[in-house]
Amino acid sequence: MAEEHPVYCRPLISYYLEGKTDLERMRYRDADFYDKNGCTVLYGRTAVGLDAKAKTVRLDDGTALPYDALCVAAGSSPFVPPFEGLETVENRFTFITIEDALALEQAVHSDSRVLIVGAGLIGLKCAEGLHGRAASVTVCDLAGRVLSSVLDDECASRMQKHLEKHGIRFLLGNSAKRFDGNKAYMNDGTVVEFDILVLAVGVRANTSLVRDAGGEVNRGILVDSCMRTSLPDVYAAGDCTEGEDISFGGRRVLAILPNAYMQGHCAGVRMADGKEVFDKAIPMNAVGFFGLHAMTAGTYYGEADGGTCYEEKDENKLKRLFTRDGYLTGFILIGETERAGIYTSMIREKTPLDSVNFDVLKKIATSAAFLPEIRRKKFGGVV
Amino acid sequence: MKRVYVNEEWCLGCHLCEYNCAFANSGKRDMAAALKGKPIYPRIHIEGDDKITYAVSCRHCTDPICVKSCIAGALSRQDGVIKVDRDKCVGCLTCVLVCPYGALAPGENGTMQKCELCLENSCGAPACVTGCPNKAIVYEERE
Repeated sequence: MAEEHPVYCRPLISYYLEGKTDLERMRYRDADFYDKNGCTVLYGRTAVGLDAKAKTVRLDDGTALPYDALCVAAGSSPFVPPFEGLETVENRFTFITIEDALALEQAVHSDSRVLIVGAGLIGLKCAEGLHGRAASVTVCDLAGRVLSSVLDDECASRMQKHLEKHGIRFLLGNSAKRFDGNKAYMNDGTVVEFDILVLAVGVRANTSLVRDAGGEVNRGILVDSCMRTSLPDVYAAGDCTEGEDISFGGRRVLAILPNAYMQGHCAGVRMADGKEVFDKAIPMNAVGFFGLHAMTAGTYYGEADGGTCYEEKDENKLKRLFTRDGYLTGFILIGETERAGIYTSMIREKTPLDSVNFDVLKKIATSAAFLPEIRRKKFGGVV
Repeated sequence: MKRVYVNEEWCLGCHLCEYNCAFANSGKRDMAAALKGKPIYPRIHIEGDDKITYAVSCRHCTDPICVKSCIAGALSRQDGVIKVDRDKCVGCLTCVLVCPYGALAPGENGTMQKCELCLENSCGAPACVTGCPNKAIVYEERE
């Protein structure tokens, strides 16, 4: 999926619709960044073939670009299930790129009824972004809860209630079976009428370039801790990859920016014959809706998997810390998210819980719970 | 590069640094007018327990994970100082999720603010340091 725009971060598109940013402010780098760093950018060009033996990349205009070292940062593409009658829907969109957001901005009016298929991070941020522009926003999902990839049942229900309070309507455990023009026929027999349809079912890693060249791929392009693929001198980084999630001890596609950046940096250093390693990847998300923030990270082991959950909740907050074998492995924080990075770093650094005062940490995220010498190292010198 | 450090054995936990910081970044000339009766949003805060207290502000890391994680490109490292462009920030709080020191917090309007060593305001030197009654907070070069 080639882009014509200067580099921007795709999660910003919902903030664009909300009016919290604009095309100029969305620029991730200064306008002269590539010139200054001796880079040539080919906007609007798609890499369509990779010849790992000849060490060339073929572009969609037929050009073959030679390389000594290659980094595939192909990202992911929206997955659109083959809904019956989808082609009869005139105003249908995905929500991944700025072009999607600009098209939606044109199509949505104050009397539009919006139906979003998918209550994940993309679908719900889209709902928030369109809320002030449309007459109604309804979100459906086959899953029985919102944000099912990052929240458990109770946390999801808390977030759902908050969204409902702000006027978002939900049809959960229920999705569209078929479409006919402006009508969605749902699995439970109800019919939803809409003017705008957004398909936010999920994304898939763009693996074909490496796969077709004979490289190893699973759900993403397989990379090691140096971002090497199985092809010689071919590296990969970002949403198209599948690497080790250290909170879980297995491979996962972690389609989030912090990992993409750190993987990309690691790949770049390696391609320049440096020694960088990135072996601290974990899932983590900070997401807010209508002023209520949620932060999640790591893996939530249940009791059946040997995990223990510490919980605190009242009407304003919900906190869950998941531990296993003497380590913090994951957390969910809703409402109260101050200094959450202290928890995140404990997962990334695999801080043994017997080296900290976890009884203090359970209550609040604070470095006061660390040993004095650790704290002095954190705050007493250059880090 | 000079950074702000706190000697925790000298920190009294008086919270004056928080008020001096909020005032320094308020753009106002009168402290009472800037802070009286209002919630304050300082870029330094006191943490601790019954034994110790210490002030926490941005460490200006040499390899800042907040900069790498910012979805808006609002955080950057300029001459060693980690700066935030509040016009670009959308308030997603990803930097709060990743900062191992708990040094970042949003300001009144929901966008991030952080210690920029008082280089961007009219103080010239960190106000938390100047105003620390026990000289626990210092601004100096360390290894």
